[in-house]
Amino acid sequence: MTLLSTRGLSRNFGGLKAVDNVDFDLPAGEVRALIGPNGAGKTTFVGMLSGRIPASAGTVRFDGRDVTTMPAHRRIRAGMAYTFQITSVFSRLPVAENVALALRWRTGDDSVATDRQVAEALDRVGIADRADQLAGDLSYGHQRLLEIAMGLSQQPRLLILDEPTQGLADSEIADFVALIRGLAGDMTILLIEHNINVVMQTADAITVLNFGSVLASGTPSEIRNNAAVQAAYLGTG
Amino acid sequence: MSMFLGSNLRKSWTLHIGVIILLFALQFILPAYHHGNLARIMVLACYAMGYNILFGYTGLLSLGHALFFAAGMYGMSLTVQHLGWSAGPALLAGLAAGFAVALAIGLLALRTAGVAFMIVTLMFAQAGYLAALYFGEYTRGDEGFVIQQSFRQLAGVNLADPTNRYFAALALFAICVVVSLRVVQAGFGRVLVAIRENEERTRMLGYDIHRHKLAAVVLSGTMSAAAGAAYGLLFGYAGATFASVQYSIFPLLWVLLGGAGTILGPFVGTLFMFYLIDLSSELTTAYMLIAGFALVMLTLFAPQGLVGELRRRALRWLP
Repeated sequence: MTLLSTRGLSRNFGGLKAVDNVDFDLPAGEVRALIGPNGAGKTTFVGMLSGRIPASAGTVRFDGRDVTTMPAHRRIRAGMAYTFQITSVFSRLPVAENVALALRWRTGDDSVATDRQVAEALDRVGIADRADQLAGDLSYGHQRLLEIAMGLSQQPRLLILDEPTQGLADSEIADFVALIRGLAGDMTILLIEHNINVVMQTADAITVLNFGSVLASGTPSEIRNNAAVQAAYLGTG
Repeated sequence: MSMFLGSNLRKSWTLHIGVIILLFALQFILPAYHHGNLARIMVLACYAMGYNILFGYTGLLSLGHALFFAAGMYGMSLTVQHLGWSAGPALLAGLAAGFAVALAIGLLALRTAGVAFMIVTLMFAQAGYLAALYFGEYTRGDEGFVIQQSFRQLAGVNLADPTNRYFAALALFAICVVVSLRVVQAGFGRVLVAIRENEERTRMLGYDIHRHKLAAVVLSGTMSAAAGAAYGLLFGYAGATFASVQYSIFPLLWVLLGGAGTILGPFVGTLFMFYLIDLSSELTTAYMLIAGFALVMLTLFAPQGLVGELRRRALRWLP
């Protein structure tokens, strides 16, 4: 079953075609990596998937529905979760409240359920002991983990991670890879990632964007051996 | 964690109910002059609390709240004066006027953000002020009009009597404190804080930002209108001065001084500013100079306001 698909999805900024006529299909349950050189249009593309950026042309379908004009907050409630490329936690609020905000629209006034699910999400990323700290006092790596906890706690069907390992130490990246592998059965994941080792270790399939268009799509080994990809991306990396 | 949150909840209710009981007790102790002042301060603090919901918790800076205060005051006083309504229905008319004006202004002004929101709210309030002057036949403009004692009766209680007036002001104050506390502790209030802290992130967590902001404007405007209606009724006067830009700036100052985004900050700020002007005007005719100096010092050394500073230094659980 296809969870998410786009047809002819495009976005122009003035004369610049940031994303140009992209057809994209993401089967449910897959971990898909989206890679490409800087400026390839990855963030703009997922921005249109999540509703942060309106599409200039084309359609987005999610879970059998056309969501092209649906506002972002309703797409989130329909089962998408989005973690920001630049860490965007509520730095002056406690860690637990950050996660509680992510899930309270589901749990409502049931504070027991809220607390339990907050604890579970924090536990899953390994920062449960920091629940009462202000998010802004966390180290950078822990803030990235908090972002992911906020995404997980929404129990999304599609989790969009925009460069989750950017700025993490090697040991933290290893933990992250383990985390993603652990999640793989539970949700569909779309991962924008620069670190090619992370991509090769986590992704079931890879889509390569270049100059706003899909350059190639396939399994990690197909992509690794794709001459065009090597020229455009891996060769320069 | 829920234990931790639960104990904070208990502490904050204890503190705020304690303050209300203290104000109740003060009525029996205070000399007449301060007694009258405190009644006035409590009603004005309700105005500041209304302002604080929008500014302190939601992070929206309005420069036009006098419009809501005046909507409440005129909604009450004009129905008394010209339609002969009694105090109860007139108060409700004030509330309804505030609600309607806030809803309309919210729908229009929330199409903007930041500085534009400040300017738009300021302009609407100026239009309201000018309208009050234009319809001078009914409002008597700047001069205003006195609400006769015979109309200032609520359920058989004479609100012109100082003791009754004090308790009526305290009752409104208590209602506003409880409403503010409930709002801040509920999921709705937490989303408002989230919007203040990071609007885009809040949207991407699945919240309808516009609807939350609109609800905040309406709640804030209605609470301000309640204060305006009560002020007119308790002190027996309505005038266009209360719709002027000065009265839009006051709640901003009170909230900043007392502590934006705290429940008691608006009250503390109103109390502080009231007595700052009162005491300095006893010393010199240049009292605004002293008041201004104190404000600058506070802004420099306690930028989060008095209660905000207290929260930062000692009581992190303060709502």
